[in-house]
Amino acid sequence: MAKITLSGLAHSYLPHPKGPKDYALKRIDHEWEDGAAYALLGPSGCGKTTLLNMISGLLQPSEGRIFFGATDVTDMATAERNIAQVFQFPVVYDTMTVYENLAFPLRNRGVRGEAADARVREIARMIGMDDRLNDKARGLTADAKQKISLGRGMVRNDVNAILFDEPLTVIDPHMKWELRTQLKALHRQFGHTMIYVTHDQTEALTFADKVVVMTEGEVVQIGTPAELFERPAHTFVGYFIGSPGMNLLPAQVEGSVARIPAGEVALGAAYPALSGEVEIGIRPEFIRVTGDGLPVRIRRVEDVGRHKIVRADLADRAIDIMVPEGAEIPAEPRVRFEPEAINVYADGWRVAPGGEREAA
Amino acid sequence: MNDKPVNHRAWFMVLPVVALVAFSAALPLMTVVNYSVQDTFGNNQFFWAGADWFEKTLTDPRIHNAFLRQILFSSIILAIEVPLGVFIALNMPKKGVWASACLILMALPLLIPWNVVGTIWQIFGRVDIGLLGRTLAGLGIDYNYTQNPIDAWVTIIVMDVWHWTSLVALLAYAGLRSIPDAYYQAAKIDQASRWAVFRYIELPKMKGVLLIAILLRFMDSFMIYTEPFVVTGGGPGNSTTLLSIDLVKMALGQFDLGPAAAFSIIYFLVILLLSWVFYTVMTAEDAKESKR
Repeated sequence: MAKITLSGLAHSYLPHPKGPKDYALKRIDHEWEDGAAYALLGPSGCGKTTLLNMISGLLQPSEGRIFFGATDVTDMATAERNIAQVFQFPVVYDTMTVYENLAFPLRNRGVRGEAADARVREIARMIGMDDRLNDKARGLTADAKQKISLGRGMVRNDVNAILFDEPLTVIDPHMKWELRTQLKALHRQFGHTMIYVTHDQTEALTFADKVVVMTEGEVVQIGTPAELFERPAHTFVGYFIGSPGMNLLPAQVEGSVARIPAGEVALGAAYPALSGEVEIGIRPEFIRVTGDGLPVRIRRVEDVGRHKIVRADLADRAIDIMVPEGAEIPAEPRVRFEPEAINVYADGWRVAPGGEREAA
Repeated sequence: MNDKPVNHRAWFMVLPVVALVAFSAALPLMTVVNYSVQDTFGNNQFFWAGADWFEKTLTDPRIHNAFLRQILFSSIILAIEVPLGVFIALNMPKKGVWASACLILMALPLLIPWNVVGTIWQIFGRVDIGLLGRTLAGLGIDYNYTQNPIDAWVTIIVMDVWHWTSLVALLAYAGLRSIPDAYYQAAKIDQASRWAVFRYIELPKMKGVLLIAILLRFMDSFMIYTEPFVVTGGGPGNSTTLLSIDLVKMALGQFDLGPAAAFSIIYFLVILLLSWVFYTVMTAEDAKESKR
């Protein structure tokens, strides 16, 4: 196990990249703490799999270095890096039994005999497959195969990190929950560094200690699920995370007041004069439907069980509001934003109250 | 199930197919069956012969020998073409211009008519004018496929390998291309050796297409006629007289319609039986596993 350091890492699939548009992954400098669970979250094609493949060594970065602990592994082959990877589609050796599958990485490293046997049985117990050791891997369900992939990774006790590339894509919904819970438990128990690539925010937020949000080859924010929810560093994070996402309204900010087309909104703090395209962002959870405030026109109310989502127009801008189940919506609805929950953005990036723009 | 309407007029719908199959397969086969149980001395007069021709065919040492030669031939070409085809497929480029070039090059022998293949090798191997024959003679190697049975065998086997290994290679290549990259990546991470990758990933994934390749090559080689006929004509002596060459000699050379018809039917049944055995044995493992 080791800390993973990405130093000036960037990748382009073109031989001679010219502008930033040619990069599948734009320059990233970051340290991944030893033993933490990370999730790489972003839409398809955002570069998260590219980043993962560079860490695992399946892809050679065009710029920058990767360190595991103090060792520069940039030029090392996958096998030398001692990482494990669980792929999108379950990869098992069909003709082998569950036991042989789990023992395979050990055998290839020359570990045999009782030590190997004990380790295989231990791992099988951990992933809950100890009663099916003699079954052929071919006949297993997708979730059992993914467990074997994971087990094959963990069977080596010197593994530096376990990488997951959208591992729950082909798993039935009811098994997803179980696998994720099991993964979390294994992480707590053994403390492997885990990096989990997904485009599903629920998976990312429930799995990871820290979520790395990416879009268009760029890391826009690294933070805990709470940080991503309360203080999205970029408007992309605001609307990508949350269901529905953050409401963004063009505004003029003067001190602690934001002027939007519908009226004035009080902010939680005072801001300096801002240049560029200024927006305020407020999550649907922090808008209250009341008798006073800014007038809205309600288009539709969706009842999603525990709460209702109100789709409304606030002076020609569509906004989403989340109201508790059973809450009354007045005949002439007006809304109020919770000042503390409003974030201010300039050119897409969050502006800290009274301070500078944030960057990832 | 019982409330389904029953309408026997639906049988009329299959009538065209029944008629077609009758004319294309069943009727010609029946004439052979007809000949096989009768004897004739000309003048279109036939006498009932019962199972005589079958008994004679089954006990005829000439046919036994042809049968053994046939088994030997099929075994040898399978033993060469399957591993060689897989080896070629493993070493073919995966993508790019060279992949296409290789595919076209590999497909070429498959596109040449059989008698042309025979003629090519017949000339190629000739000691007086053939490139191969002259070269071997020039190197001091005593090679003459018209006189030496071993040379004749080597020639027709090399010819068949040249003609048909491509088929195995192309099928194996298709099987290999269908393996997702993740398998190779996982194998790298597991530090699997090249042999382990072949044994545990590539071979299991190629199994389906290889089964087809082996079946096709077995059936085809067991029925082979044109190429060895053009090259050696079954000689020298009877050394390369394979089953179908022997059959044609019997039916058209000697005009022994009865024995030839019995021979044909037995030949057909043997191919059917062996193909079935091949298929059953090779799919038995799958069936065993799916029962678990």
